[in-house]
Amino acid sequence: MSDLKIEGYEFKPGFKGMAKDTGSDQTMFKGVQWGKVMMWIFLLSDTFVFSCFLISYMKGRASTVVDWPNTSEVFSLHVGSVPVPLLLIAIMTFVLITSSGTMALAVKYGYEKNRKMCGWLILATAIGGLTFVGMQAFEWSKLIHEGVRPWDNPFGAKQFGSYFFMITGFHGTHVSIGVIFLFIYAYKTFAGHFDKEKRGWFTTMKGGYVEIEILGLYWHFVDLVWVFIFAFFYLW
Amino acid sequence: MEETKKKEGTSTHKIGIYLWIWGLLFVLSFFSYMVDWYAFQGLLRWSLILIFMFLKAGLIMAFFMHLFWERYALVNVLLWPMTAIACFVVLMVAEGQYTVFTRLLYFFTGG
Repeated sequence: MSDLKIEGYEFKPGFKGMAKDTGSDQTMFKGVQWGKVMMWIFLLSDTFVFSCFLISYMKGRASTVVDWPNTSEVFSLHVGSVPVPLLLIAIMTFVLITSSGTMALAVKYGYEKNRKMCGWLILATAIGGLTFVGMQAFEWSKLIHEGVRPWDNPFGAKQFGSYFFMITGFHGTHVSIGVIFLFIYAYKTFAGHFDKEKRGWFTTMKGGYVEIEILGLYWHFVDLVWVFIFAFFYLW
Repeated sequence: MEETKKKEGTSTHKIGIYLWIWGLLFVLSFFSYMVDWYAFQGLLRWSLILIFMFLKAGLIMAFFMHLFWERYALVNVLLWPMTAIACFVVLMVAEGQYTVFTRLLYFFTGG
């Protein structure tokens, strides 16, 4: 979704476009709003941070001689008296996917300059994110009550706790920051800042609905990371 | 306005595509949860987890993050560095195996 007005860039798909982009004078990604490129670069570096955590978890788990805790039991929730494996985690996954969906629609309505719809969808996304963080806080306190610590736990290999708190904590921090920004942007959308092209923070450039897309990229990334955490940490 | 934008491949996409992807993500998440529910073990479990994970990640990146419609230069800038991560994984798998081997050797047999 590049803006044709920027530097008169003409979009060409495939390798031809790539050659045009990388071979262009002065700037790469001509026609792409700078904030969007910067968000992608940030997400790429963040991918490396999360990868390092997950790889370190993989290495730690692969090299311990003590049995790894059975995550299906550790994260089970009792419904009545029946333990349901990974119930809370499954609900968290669905909540995050739902919020990712509402965010995608918010971006779409943003580009159609449908202010109200866009605002409500961002608000829905924020509430989804808040629900997710709430459930994660519940999960953490439940595990802490059961005696899980970064240095010890009653279920198996001692490394479990440190990886659990580090990985889910870092992801939870991302979600929390995202939620804060979603609320701010919901306000900005309803207040019509993007229709009025009001400038953002620390910049003299005009604002616009592209900012919603940038926020969306961050939010989808948070969901993306959760896909990997869910697979490797909870299911494996 | 929207029509002209659409022609040049920059603009908004039909709502249907988002709803489809959304639905697919739900279904795939449900399947990956079922992997645990039915307690599949071993190679079957690991391959199913990986398949569902990559499908979900791919759908999110391609459609929700618009990479499918994005310029190729950006796609390449984003995806090539992933090979470095893959190399790191391979190295750490080897390292992990070596560590567990030495631990077993020294902890249990005394070297």
